[in-house]
Amino acid sequence: MTNELTKPRSVIVLGSGALQIGQAGEFDYSGSQAIKALGEEGVRTVLVNPNIATIQTSEGMADRLYLNAVTPRLVRQIAEAEGVDGVALSFGGQTALNCGLALEDWFRSAGIQVLGTPVSSIRDTEDRGRFNARLAEIGVLTARSIVCHTRNEAREAAREIGLPLMLRIGFALGGKGSAIVDTEEELEAALTNIFGAHDTKQAQVLVEESLRGWKEIEYEVVRDRENNCITVCNMENMDPMGIHTGESLVVAPSQTLNDEEYQLLRTVSIRTIQHLGIVGECNVQFALSPAGADYRVIEVNARLSRSSALASKATGYPLAYVAAKLGLGFTLPDLKNAITGVTKAFFEPALDYLVLKAPRWDLGKFQEAGTRIGSEMKSVGEVMAIGRTFPEVLQKALRMLDIGVRGLDSRAFAFEDREDELKNATPRRVFALAQALREAVEEGTVPEAVAGIHRLTRIDPWFLYGIAEAMATEAEVERGGWPIPEATLRKAKEQGFSDESLEFLTGKPRGSAREARREAGIGPHIARIDTLAAEFPAETNYLYSTYHASGDEGVGSPTGDRRRILVIGSGVYRIGSSVEFDWCCVNAVQAAAELGCETLMLNYNPETVSTDYDICDKLVFDEVSVESVLDLVDKERPDGVVVSMGGQIPNRLAMRLHHAGVPILGTSAEDIDRAEDRNKFSALLDRIGVDQPRWAHVTDVAEAERIVDALGGFPVLVRPSYVLSGAAMSVAHEHHELTRILRKAKAISPEYPVVISKFEEDAREIEIDLVANQGEVVLWAVSEHVEDAGVHSGDATLVLPPVDMTIPTLGQVRRIAQQIAKELRVTGPCNIQLLHRDGISKVIECNLRASRSLPFVSKVTGRNYARAATRIMLGADPGMEHRPLYELEHVGVKVPQFSFSRLMGADPLLGVEMASTGEVGCLGDSFHEALLHGMVSTGFQRPKKGVLLSLGPPRWKHRFVRTARTMAEELGLKIYATSGTNRVLRENGIDSTEVARVRSEQRPLGAGFDFPGPLSALDLIDRGEVDLVVNVPVAYDPEGRPDGYLVRRRAVDRGVPLITDPSLARHVVTALVRHEENTLRARAWNDFLA
Amino acid sequence: MRLHLEDGAGFSGGSFGAPLDQPVAGEVVFNTGMAGYVETLTDPSYRGQILVLTYPLQGNYGVPPPRPGGSIDGPFESGRIQVQGLVVQHHEPRYSHHAAVRSLGAWLKSEGVPGIQGVDTRALTMRLREVGTMRGVLIPGGFTASEAFGHASSVEMRREVFEQVAPRQPTCHGPEDGPEVLLVDVGAKDNIVRSLTARGARVHRVSGLEPFAGAARSAAGIMLGNGPGDPGDLRELAAELRSVMEWFAGPIFGVCLGNQLLAMAAGARTFKLPYGHRSVNQPVRDLVSGRSFITSQNHGYAVDEASLPAGWTPWFQNLNDGTNEGIRSLERPFRSIQFHPEAHPGPEDTAYLFDAFVEECRSSP
Repeated sequence: MTNELTKPRSVIVLGSGALQIGQAGEFDYSGSQAIKALGEEGVRTVLVNPNIATIQTSEGMADRLYLNAVTPRLVRQIAEAEGVDGVALSFGGQTALNCGLALEDWFRSAGIQVLGTPVSSIRDTEDRGRFNARLAEIGVLTARSIVCHTRNEAREAAREIGLPLMLRIGFALGGKGSAIVDTEEELEAALTNIFGAHDTKQAQVLVEESLRGWKEIEYEVVRDRENNCITVCNMENMDPMGIHTGESLVVAPSQTLNDEEYQLLRTVSIRTIQHLGIVGECNVQFALSPAGADYRVIEVNARLSRSSALASKATGYPLAYVAAKLGLGFTLPDLKNAITGVTKAFFEPALDYLVLKAPRWDLGKFQEAGTRIGSEMKSVGEVMAIGRTFPEVLQKALRMLDIGVRGLDSRAFAFEDREDELKNATPRRVFALAQALREAVEEGTVPEAVAGIHRLTRIDPWFLYGIAEAMATEAEVERGGWPIPEATLRKAKEQGFSDESLEFLTGKPRGSAREARREAGIGPHIARIDTLAAEFPAETNYLYSTYHASGDEGVGSPTGDRRRILVIGSGVYRIGSSVEFDWCCVNAVQAAAELGCETLMLNYNPETVSTDYDICDKLVFDEVSVESVLDLVDKERPDGVVVSMGGQIPNRLAMRLHHAGVPILGTSAEDIDRAEDRNKFSALLDRIGVDQPRWAHVTDVAEAERIVDALGGFPVLVRPSYVLSGAAMSVAHEHHELTRILRKAKAISPEYPVVISKFEEDAREIEIDLVANQGEVVLWAVSEHVEDAGVHSGDATLVLPPVDMTIPTLGQVRRIAQQIAKELRVTGPCNIQLLHRDGISKVIECNLRASRSLPFVSKVTGRNYARAATRIMLGADPGMEHRPLYELEHVGVKVPQFSFSRLMGADPLLGVEMASTGEVGCLGDSFHEALLHGMVSTGFQRPKKGVLLSLGPPRWKHRFVRTARTMAEELGLKIYATSGTNRVLRENGIDSTEVARVRSEQRPLGAGFDFPGPLSALDLIDRGEVDLVVNVPVAYDPEGRPDGYLVRRRAVDRGVPLITDPSLARHVVTALVRHEENTLRARAWNDFLA
Repeated sequence: MRLHLEDGAGFSGGSFGAPLDQPVAGEVVFNTGMAGYVETLTDPSYRGQILVLTYPLQGNYGVPPPRPGGSIDGPFESGRIQVQGLVVQHHEPRYSHHAAVRSLGAWLKSEGVPGIQGVDTRALTMRLREVGTMRGVLIPGGFTASEAFGHASSVEMRREVFEQVAPRQPTCHGPEDGPEVLLVDVGAKDNIVRSLTARGARVHRVSGLEPFAGAARSAAGIMLGNGPGDPGDLRELAAELRSVMEWFAGPIFGVCLGNQLLAMAAGARTFKLPYGHRSVNQPVRDLVSGRSFITSQNHGYAVDEASLPAGWTPWFQNLNDGTNEGIRSLERPFRSIQFHPEAHPGPEDTAYLFDAFVEECRSSP
């Protein structure tokens, strides 16, 4: 400790809020580490983060927790109330950083010290113009660029630098709003996007030389206040410049750099952060010329980032933890590296393995969304594979993505125009590479193919040769048939082929490859990540498996007699499964540890807390599949395996693991299957007399129509088995749609039956989360959807306790839950979803595993359901008493976070397919207070000028009249409405102005009717005349109602709050009336629960 | 083929590089650097040794064309591959780099150096770490281990090893008007020379196995380079250095082996480290400024600080194990470091030490 005096007493830590594209689970990891690091030094921590599903917002983390929006006003109020004297703003992504920058002056005047990197340094990195100037001072090269504030300046700059160009917007998160333009037309279109059609928008745009095709390299650098510097890790993007690093396949360490290049960039990184005066952690991005040692510094992130989370997991070096300590004034040589215990924090990890990060996209979930990937981030999750060769890590990673591929399968997808696919990448490009190289293997033209693909993609040939190597093996296995010769089998496993893949290639049944491996004695070994490549002894608990190791490390238990529990993690984050399941897994591990068990964690997601070195006794960073779990169980022989905490990925392994003799904890695999198999479950409900929507089991597309008639006609809900987040759950409104959905569903999971049920309109949706012991419900909580039924539960606004539900209904729901729990002999967590209409509740969904809402329910009620469930599964008591909902003196509201603004063209419409990327959960004394906190936490801004109403179905136009009147009279908003809505409003005496949605020239296809007025809805949005859009689509429109779509999309593109559900809109308006501007106050979770 | 260790452990693998007809023996050492195989393989400090690289993928960026005779250009650190043999997990024959013209295997082959791949180099490294540095032998098919040890070609490590790497003829490098630096060379890396000439020094590179007191008369400064083997076998050199130090007025700067030689000349002892430092990520602290740096290192011996005579003091310290990383005289401009400020491979953070040395030479009387 070099400067004892500067250590703050009490620090406010700013979180990143809801998960969204470009800012996801990595900030739970960094914030959690920071809170621990500060707490260890006796610093009191106050966390502001509305993301209720995170570990950092759990009991026992920060001393004080505020589930509130990270906005300057609320943060200031909290900081004042808590009397903090320090603030940490580098652990909560761009959200925290921007909020901190906005409060800079106030922090100074209030004597609140900014930990770590000074704010002036942050500004140097955030303002592109300043950034380039600062680096020029020390002769560090940046891309030639000109800062522009108007369209004409940008045109001028473009002329000066010349096409192609990169356009970037200042203060952007995850490359939002950046684009490469090759032609004049593209330039003009991009500028329109930035400055608005009529140049009305204020923006700072950077016109830069395009470095497309250069290698993209990143360094993670750490510096302390005494100028000691290290680079923890470097990373190389397989996809070169032009594809955002969040969209790229990334390897660490770099593979194609020689020592000269490696050290050149390392030295530049260090000089750069020394000059900028960073204290803590920092990410430096480079473009490196493939033709010589020429580089440009692209960007410096003066905070923990997605890449730093990846680097932490890739190396075992706890970056966020160390950064937090440095912020307190420690120096790197002062600190021990907590993971090894034998090295200092002043140390650069040496890897004796490589890792590969692959992004997960869910673009297919969005109607109208573009499928190309490029300089903007669109991915929603990522995975990291560890191994010792490139084909090995690539194949592992592709399987980890859980997109239904067996690895680098050359036949995974068909491409209409493969060359176009290669040149203009989509999420499937890697499979196009595989396909092209497989053909080249067959034709004996690999070198020519590699050269050709390199020309199209600029991907370094080294990576392409790695893929070609795997393709040669694929061909060899396929040609050689069964039995696979031992040498080939060994090679294939070393190159990352799964057993399933080998069985597929040779046409053998499941289990054959495992059996063949057993006979030949071919299996993976466990290797340790020790950060120093075995140079000297370091007993870390961080492990991975590989076929390249010759023996196991770290297997077995030093302590011997403790019960050994394996918790299977949630895997890749995607829409419908993210940080909430990590919360469940971490709590399961902690609960098991509390009961004296030795804990093992299996997971492969680098943006999680469950993969932190200090969470469990042993972390195996590896695939989650039947093959990998069985291999691990063979070695570790756990006494119990938890599959019910990590969401659907582990849950769907239950049956096969059970059949293989793996001891599954909690509800039996057979009973899980009885709930997951739609057909069995629906029959079960009928048998025990629990009401459900009319249903039928479909095996043949041809008979679907007859079945629909029997159910009472469209609309119907179509649900394949074992789905999560409606991945294949859809509403069909007519026959063609049904056929299309069935075909798609079949392609997704051919093994499981599909159930069709009557879709109930105008119903309420309710959920019950419960923990049961041998079929007896021990804890339970009921939440209600604010929206009408039909919105996916992950996209719905949830309120707990329910506000619109009668006591008899609650009793009815409780009874149904108990009946189901008993029948399925539930031991552990369970979630049931029901539709409620006219006093009757019908079950639509039941999952015998932790649900997405478990952290929300736990934190609102103050009862940790995940811990209770784990304790019960381990045969202990739940460790807590049930708390009846009527005893709660506060209300919790969960509000979804959408990322439509990042998905160009996507229709921001909610339906049965989940579309939200994250959520917040806020508490209040009343429903409306909590709701407003939640809305503000997801970016909602109070409307002040005007609202555009377009209310869809006639019944809603009438039901909304009172709300519209409130908007006009109490909120003082000018009302604009589309024709039908306008008519109804005027009939009811509300002063409303009619507008067309679009002018005909604004309509891409030119269809539809014209309105004579001068301004369309789009114009009003563009001009900032409306600052709230309520657009309720009609129930079904086969054309996708292009005009409505254009309005919704424009609202998203212009950052105008959009509400598409009338019930929600009604409640939001009530909340706005009850809470005048700037009156919403934050209150600590600890005080609500006290 | 296989690699057999003295303690009986065996590792089998596939051949690459030069075909192995006869067994080849040497001390088996490892390096944990992730890039820089060209620099490492040509580092004379590895003379006579069998090198294990712990990073599993080697050869990714190929090898540049051979340099012309007499050139000391990088990335080569000497005129040849110095190791007896190379052990890797995976050799990548399909390299990709703008500067490369041949694969790592082709280069090894062209210089007659055998390689073995498919070895779990992590397991091998743990073995070497646990048992201590051992001799090993690369064995072609058809030999038993004991036959192989008997027939293996190897480098005699007490004397021959230095003769093989010390310059046969003195050479001069750098601008003629620069301050004259005498490089006493028993296996110095070429980048020590390049680091000095780049700062404007004129370098006279002479063998440390020959008397050099005469050449020192006209030098502004003396540079003691790195080298292979056991410093204990260089007592003559240390003794000559000790006598030169009695009258030499300019600065003396030692690197790696040079640190041990300077310590011996001052009267201190060296000892063998339990694990050695063989990586490019070694943290050291400058005990004068308090600053810490990441350094490139390759040594199995260290200076025993307790044996430093009066007038000498530790200069740098290893942050991991606390061993000595440099010494300095309190009265004279004599100092040395155990790590490699010339890097190649490894971090360049301590290159500033060359700045200081050349500056001192410039102002030397």
